[in-house]
Amino acid sequence: MMELVCPAGTPAALRAAAEAGAHAIYCGFADETNARNFPGLNFSREEMADAVSHAHARGAKVLVAINTFPRAGAEAIWHRAVADAETAGADAVILADPGLLAHAAEHHPGLRRHLSVQAAAANPDAINFYAEALGVRRVVLPRVLTVAEITAINREIDVETEVFVFGGLCVMAEGRCSLSSYATGRSPNMNGVCSPASHVVYSEEPDGLRAALGGFTIHRTPPGRPAPYPTLCKGCFASGEQTGHVFEDPASLDATQLIPALARAGVSALKIEGRQRSRAYVAEVVRAFRAAVEAEAAGLPLPVSLLARLTEGQAATTGAYAKTWR
Amino acid sequence: MDLTIGPNQFFWPAETVRGFYRQVAPSPAARVVLGELVCSKRLPFWEGELPGAIEALHAAGKEVALTTLALVTLKRERRLTADLMDLGLPVEVNDLTALRHMPVGRPFWVGPLVNVYNEGTLRWLAKRGAVRVCLPPELPLASVATLARAGTDLGVAVEVWGHGRLPLALSGRCYHARLHDRAKDSCQFVCEEDPDGRDVETLDGQPFLAVNGIQTLSQSTATAAHQVEALREAGVSALRLSPQSRGFAETVALYHRRLAGETGAGELASALRVWVPGGALSDGFLTGPAGASWSGA
Amino acid sequence: MTETDLPHCPRLLARALQPLPLLPLGLALTALSRRLSARHPGMLRRLGAYADHAVLIDPTDLPLVLRMEPSAGPRVTTHRRGRAPQAAARIAGPLSALTGMLHGRYDGDALFFSRDLVIEGDTAAVLALRNALDDAELDLAGELAALAGPFGPAVRQAVALAERASGLSLHREDLPDGAHP
Repeated sequence: MMELVCPAGTPAALRAAAEAGAHAIYCGFADETNARNFPGLNFSREEMADAVSHAHARGAKVLVAINTFPRAGAEAIWHRAVADAETAGADAVILADPGLLAHAAEHHPGLRRHLSVQAAAANPDAINFYAEALGVRRVVLPRVLTVAEITAINREIDVETEVFVFGGLCVMAEGRCSLSSYATGRSPNMNGVCSPASHVVYSEEPDGLRAALGGFTIHRTPPGRPAPYPTLCKGCFASGEQTGHVFEDPASLDATQLIPALARAGVSALKIEGRQRSRAYVAEVVRAFRAAVEAEAAGLPLPVSLLARLTEGQAATTGAYAKTWR
Repeated sequence: MDLTIGPNQFFWPAETVRGFYRQVAPSPAARVVLGELVCSKRLPFWEGELPGAIEALHAAGKEVALTTLALVTLKRERRLTADLMDLGLPVEVNDLTALRHMPVGRPFWVGPLVNVYNEGTLRWLAKRGAVRVCLPPELPLASVATLARAGTDLGVAVEVWGHGRLPLALSGRCYHARLHDRAKDSCQFVCEEDPDGRDVETLDGQPFLAVNGIQTLSQSTATAAHQVEALREAGVSALRLSPQSRGFAETVALYHRRLAGETGAGELASALRVWVPGGALSDGFLTGPAGASWSGA
Repeated sequence: MTETDLPHCPRLLARALQPLPLLPLGLALTALSRRLSARHPGMLRRLGAYADHAVLIDPTDLPLVLRMEPSAGPRVTTHRRGRAPQAAARIAGPLSALTGMLHGRYDGDALFFSRDLVIEGDTAAVLALRNALDDAELDLAGELAALAGPFGPAVRQAVALAERASGLSLHREDLPDGAHP
């Protein structure tokens, strides 16, 4: 069976994920070392140790995401995070920065290293390079590849691949985007945040809800219509004669129906996005996907997804997995 | 501190490319990086200009390097990346994919689209052969200073984004094609219509971004006009100037005079405004609250 | 989920609250939230710097709004709509959405996407509060029962009755298997 890798932004969400049937749970420390550095989220050192015991007791692994790019002059913060993840008993760390990977390989050789999607390794050469030069054992593939491309990649590499199947959809090569810091000064790579809530301003105006990020209007939603979060790349903009979602529609990824194709493509693990979501969300999505991977492994038809209401803009897409997306 | 001309990010017709390198060959820049950075589909239209441009630049005493693509996905693109190693020129790596093909011990350059955020990564790259690194544009001055010091210790020349629309993001999707309701595979090369990228405004008409094929740029042109002294003090060895369609040779000359102490920041900024697309400048990544901010405002 | 799917607070209850003096209600809620805060010390820690931010909680189908200051004990005061003092942020929606989110029935982002919840002001303060509450796994029915001492079982029954009558979520809904309801 493919491994189901589930998000946890809080200890409560981690318990919910374990209860709902997660094979592995990924989470991070409550600081700038991980790419979901949001207010009120993430784990203290003590919570991380408890989380690992809790998950292990239920047969689930814990993967610690330390996937921002260490700040020049402050690398010790990131080095300590890797050391503390190992002490807490983590099954692997998810890293993106080559310097940090090299540090972990040298100082924590027994700790399994996964390559974060933030490293944007999108072809067999890059993946083989990370495997050979930095000892990476699993690669989280960027959300820019088609199923056919994933199949081709798996034929040329020896390490495991993990792909996103549900949740927020990044349209840019992750870890290589500074749209957020251009508008707000804070970015996924440096601060672990994208389009941060601290820079969002909503205002109810006569023509609907205006959402601005760092002073730039990201969209206006007419009354009564679903309101997307003002993530910059999913905003509504104007270019020449055109007005609309220039980069991506505010939809979420739902690749439930592609699970058999992804299994045939040789994918080892399926990942659910959403460490910023509630424990109610985590429980519901994990339960649905556990049923789906069980069905796939048993050769049974997949259950129809009932998750649409949890998605952004209440619309779902199979994203780049279908070539027409490009 | 000297000047590096970066690879052209846009899709220009072959004769425009020819004219461009003929113009910048006698410019006061010390080195030039050439090649296709953004989209491999563009290359067949202008690669015929490369040998002539390289020859002219070499004849003018410039160092010349060839860039890799910024985002390598297709088999053809992987082959293209591997083939770059055999051309006898330094390669500027803008996607780490290239390191798989880099012969061990061969010195190489690293471009602004590789994530070099800290000393650990700089040291790791230096150990593999990096001799020149242009830092990612989003780095603040404090990080630049730390990395420039580390670069001095490691024998790596550290460059900073000095001028040009900022490369903010890359995608598997082509936004130019999308704006024309076309798929990437049937784009009909519409990006050629916009020699500095296609402007994107907010719904309130505020200038914001520009799209260039699979790339998203800032609409403002970033300039280190106000930070020249601070960067020099920090040990930065070069400013990178990114090509634009109008007045680029003049722009290089303007920066040269600024580095030589012949003009001040304000004077340079107002002279630049004449040439930069849209006329807006920014320097917020280096010193401001956000990338789009401008200290000369 | 669209707004119409959410149970609305029965008009009768809303009307019953109308003439109620707000001060005693505020004091009772302050006592309850202090008890919750003492029993869940992780909540304040999770709020971090945002504990200093007062948030208005506006159940749009009730005639009152709550103003909560986490760092002040916490302190909860009740106000007529439109007459509450300044706060860093406001979170508004039907009572059923607010209590359902607290009890693990609904996801906050999903309620926001469907516009059942409206957020104004400092979005980060609201996020911090939501995440801290989500992690605390609160159970209002259980807490009320515990407050009632020997009358606890009776309170539980009354709450269950109120839940059935109103459709509101008044107890934690995602208790792990084998846990006491």
